[in-house]
Amino acid sequence: MAQEQNDVLTIAGVQFSSRLFVGTGKFASPEIMAQALEASGTALVTAALRRVDISDPSDSLLSAIDTERYRLMPNTSGARDAAEAVRLAKLAKAATGNNWIKLEVTPEPNHLLPDPVETLEAARILVKEGFVVLPYINADPVLARHLEDVGCATVMPLAAPIGTGRGLKTRDQLGIIIEQANIPVVVDAGIGLPSHASEAMELGADAVLVNTAIAIAEDPLAMAKAFKLGVRAGRMAYLAGPAGESHRASASSPLTGFLEETA
Amino acid sequence: MSTFSDHVSADLPRQMAEKMASVDEGAVLRVLASSRIKPEDAPVLFSPPARKYLEQLAQKSRRLTLERFGRAVTLYAPIYLSSACTNQCSYCGFAAHRDIERIKLSPEQAMQQAEILFEQGLRHWLLLTGEAPSVYGMDDICKVARLLRPKAASLSVEIFPTDLAGYKNLARAGVDGLVIYQETYDRDLYARIHEAGPKRNFDFRMSAIEHGGQAGFRTLGIGALLGLAHAPVEACMMAAHGAYLQKRFPQARLAISFPRLRPVPGGTPVLHPVSDADLTQLIVGMRLMFPDAELVMSTREPAPLRDRLIPLGITRMSAGSRTTPGGYGHADDAEKGQFVTEDQRSVFEVASAIRAAGYDVVYKDFDPALVVDSDML
Ligand code: SF4
Repeated sequence: MAQEQNDVLTIAGVQFSSRLFVGTGKFASPEIMAQALEASGTALVTAALRRVDISDPSDSLLSAIDTERYRLMPNTSGARDAAEAVRLAKLAKAATGNNWIKLEVTPEPNHLLPDPVETLEAARILVKEGFVVLPYINADPVLARHLEDVGCATVMPLAAPIGTGRGLKTRDQLGIIIEQANIPVVVDAGIGLPSHASEAMELGADAVLVNTAIAIAEDPLAMAKAFKLGVRAGRMAYLAGPAGESHRASASSPLTGFLEETA
Repeated sequence: MSTFSDHVSADLPRQMAEKMASVDEGAVLRVLASSRIKPEDAPVLFSPPARKYLEQLAQKSRRLTLERFGRAVTLYAPIYLSSACTNQCSYCGFAAHRDIERIKLSPEQAMQQAEILFEQGLRHWLLLTGEAPSVYGMDDICKVARLLRPKAASLSVEIFPTDLAGYKNLARAGVDGLVIYQETYDRDLYARIHEAGPKRNFDFRMSAIEHGGQAGFRTLGIGALLGLAHAPVEACMMAAHGAYLQKRFPQARLAISFPRLRPVPGGTPVLHPVSDADLTQLIVGMRLMFPDAELVMSTREPAPLRDRLIPLGITRMSAGSRTTPGGYGHADDAEKGQFVTEDQRSVFEVASAIRAAGYDVVYKDFDPALVVDSDML
C-alpha cells in the first residue's frame, strides 16, 4: 500500500494524483461530462480546440470543466498536417496562456489514424516554441523514440483506432514502447472497457486516456468510476510485480546466478 | 483523369435495380453478421428483404454512430445569398421560368443574416445561390465568404458547379466544405427534369465535386433528391459515389444528405413516394457502409420524424432555416423559398428536442484556424 501512496505520475514537472486521463467529447451534455469527470477521479482532461471557443470562458463545454481541479490539455484534433496543428496550438496558447498541448494530426477522417511524419514535424516546432507536447501516435516504438528525442513530455500510443473500443490490439508494440521510453507512456484510444485499461496499466503504461467508452456508456458516471478502479487495479498489479508476464527481471532469487560465481 | 461519371452509364440504375431484385434474406443475414459492411453491400441493405431487419440494422447503425460521433448532433444553417437562376429544374421554386421576385444579398446583407444566426448560437453556415454567375458570381460569393469567415466555425457552399480554379478561390476565401446534389443518378430522368440551363450537363455537375476534392475542401457533400427516381436505387448510386469519393479524396469527410422532394406549385410531383420507413432504411444502411460520414437532415423533414432519426445515425441537422435570401429576421415567408420547410421550430426548440433525445447540441465542430492563416481572422 505504501508503494501505491508514493506512486505519483509526473509529467513535465507536474504531479498527477490519477493515472486516468479523460476526453471531453461525445458526452450527452456538459453536465453529464462534468459529473463523469468527477466520478473518474481524473486530474487531467483534454478538449478539442475545434469543438470549443477557447477565448470564450462562457463556452458551454469549457465552462463545465473545473480548471481548479483538472489540468486542461487542449488537443489539435481535426488538424490534417503539421502546419494546421501548430496554428491551432499557437492560437490556444495565445488565448489562454496554457502551453500544454495534446498533439493530434490525423490526415483522414476515417479511422482518424495519426500521421507519424507530420506529428514528428509539429512536435519539433512546438517543443521549440515552448509547448509541453503530448503526441498521439500509432504504437510505433521507433517513432516514440524520435518524439522523446525532440523533447516531447510523453508519448500517447493508441491501443486500437479511436472510438472502436477494441482494447489492446497493439499490445506487443505498446510493450516495447513502455520498455524503451524514458518519458511517461499514456495509452490513448481504443480502450473500451475497464479491463482494457487495467491491462494497459499491468503492462506498465504510466496512464491511460479514455473518452468514448465513458461518454457513450448507458451510465457514464458508473462507467467513469469503473475505469477509475480498473486503472488503479492495473497499476497496483504492475507495482506488485506480476508473476505472469512481467517484462521486468524478478530480483528475488536469480536462477543462473551460480554461473557468475566462478567467474 | 477518370471521374465517377465515367462509371455511371445510362443503364447503371437498371442494373442496380436488377441486383437488388435478386437479393434474398440469406444475403441480408450475411451482411448483418459481417463485421465490416462495405459500400458494395448497398443493394442488399436497401433491398425489400432487408426491411424485415430494419430494427437490427438500426441498432447496429446507432451503435456505430455513437462510437464515431458520440452523443452529439451538430447544428448548421443555410444562408441563401441569391435566388437568381438560369436553370429550369422542374422541381424547384427558384427555376428560371418562375415568376418570382429575384433577390440577391450584398456582402453586408449576408453578414447581417449571419449575425442573426450567430446570435442564436449557430456557427456552421451553408451558403447557397442559384446558378446565374452574371448576376451573382464567384467573386460575389468569395467576398461574402471572406467577410463571414472570422465569425463562422465552418463555412460550406451549395452553389453552381465550377472548375478547379473556381474552387481554389473559394478555399482561399475560407470555404471549407462543398455540397453538390446530383439530384438523380438516372441520366434519362435527369435530362427530363432539367429542362433548360447549364445544369443540363450531367457530367459537368457530377465531376465538379471531384474538382472540389482536388481543391482540398474538408467536407464533400452529396445527395439525391428522393422521390424522383426509385429511392433504393438512387441510394445504391449514392453509395457507389460516396465510395469513389472516399477512395479518391481520403482526406475529405464525406457528407450524405437525404432530401425528400417537397413539390412546389406547378412543379414536378413526387414520382416515387418515399415513406418514413423507406427513408429510415436509407439512413441506417448508409451509416453501416460509411461509419465516419456525416449524415445530414434538413428542415425539409417534419419535426417528429427528425427527432426520431437522431439516434439512428443523423449527425448534422439544420434548424430554424429560411430558404429565401434575406429570410432571417423577418416574419416567416416560407412560401417564397426554394422549398417549403416542414420543421419550422426555432433553433432553441430544435436544440431542446435534441437534448431531450439524450444528445448534446454542438454549435462548433470546426475551427477557422484549420483552414486560414491568423491574419484573416
Ligand atoms: S435547383 Fe438550383 S439550379 Fe435548379 S432552378 Fe433551383 S436554384 Fe436553380
